[in-house]
Amino acid sequence: MRIALFCSLVRTEEKWLLEALRRRGAEVEVLHDRSTVLEVGAAESWRRFDAVLMRSLSHWQAFHAARLLEDLGLPVINPSTVIHTCSDKLLTTAALVRAGIPTPRVKVAFSPEGALQAIEEIGYPVVLKPVLGSWGRLLARVNDRDAAEALLEHKETLGGFAHGVYYIQEYIPKPGRDIRAFVVGGETVAAIYRTSAHWITNTARGGRALNCPITPELAALCARAAAAVGGGVLALDLFEDPRRGLLVNEINHSMEFRNSVEPTGVDIPGAVADFVLRVAREGWAAAHRALPQEVGRWNGSASAS
Amino acid sequence: MSQAMCPECAAGVPLREDVMLHEFLTCPECGTALEVVSLSPLTLDRAPQVEEDWGE
Repeated sequence: MRIALFCSLVRTEEKWLLEALRRRGAEVEVLHDRSTVLEVGAAESWRRFDAVLMRSLSHWQAFHAARLLEDLGLPVINPSTVIHTCSDKLLTTAALVRAGIPTPRVKVAFSPEGALQAIEEIGYPVVLKPVLGSWGRLLARVNDRDAAEALLEHKETLGGFAHGVYYIQEYIPKPGRDIRAFVVGGETVAAIYRTSAHWITNTARGGRALNCPITPELAALCARAAAAVGGGVLALDLFEDPRRGLLVNEINHSMEFRNSVEPTGVDIPGAVADFVLRVAREGWAAAHRALPQEVGRWNGSASAS
Repeated sequence: MSQAMCPECAAGVPLREDVMLHEFLTCPECGTALEVVSLSPLTLDRAPQVEEDWGE
């Protein structure tokens, strides 16, 4: 098997994925996004690959590269449809709601005035998020009207076009932690609690990782949520709501796991490598042994086997 | 173990034998995020700034 590892930087994750693929006998070529030129519809130079593992840091570039590579007939992990949904918090929420997955309540507005109305309808505190973005950047807990007015003015004045979609989520009082679940081909292979005294628990923002037992409830919910966005290799963030139980907050399509292998004892890059090779050998839908029908239904160009 | 110079503070940054092109690392002296931009000669540059759409 010959796999292209398409990435922006070779971080710990990419090194571990590369090693895991090579240990399984795959030939891996690292392709750097800033050095890559693609000709639309020209498949010749890509025929040497059986699959592409997409690890570009830029969601925008990853989506476009994945879409073109799929058109050339290559399986891409994750496919452009999954990247498109997961890189946009609003599209993710919409997919979860469509599938009946429990998720925090979200309102959306398209102007500062509409956003203020939506915030007050939900009630303080709320969480104001950019629809695009990751690593906990630019999240704001809005505690009162003064803060809301200031933040909305800042977003309107300083934000780019993407900030014109105002994503307003109810605030879930977390018990000092949330859950990050690593889901590969519909199966939850590992999970951590991300603990922090701060309300933002991302490990990129200082949250500490501790092993989280994978209960049947967690595994079942993660499988359904993963299928709702198209399956593949996904990192799900979940809240433990005191009243409603587990809620799926966000889903990431290009998971980071350097802090999660040690506390869980799970070879997460190995699980990803196994899945990539299964997709290359058997196709996208067949690689999802847990939920092939649901996943196949959601994936357009990448589901053709 | 080889090393290359940090472009920010001029410290010697130790690199493993299996260092890769475009590898991301942090200067142990000044904490600057660095990228390996050449293997021969071993050369480091400041890593690209995080863009708005970067992430998981």
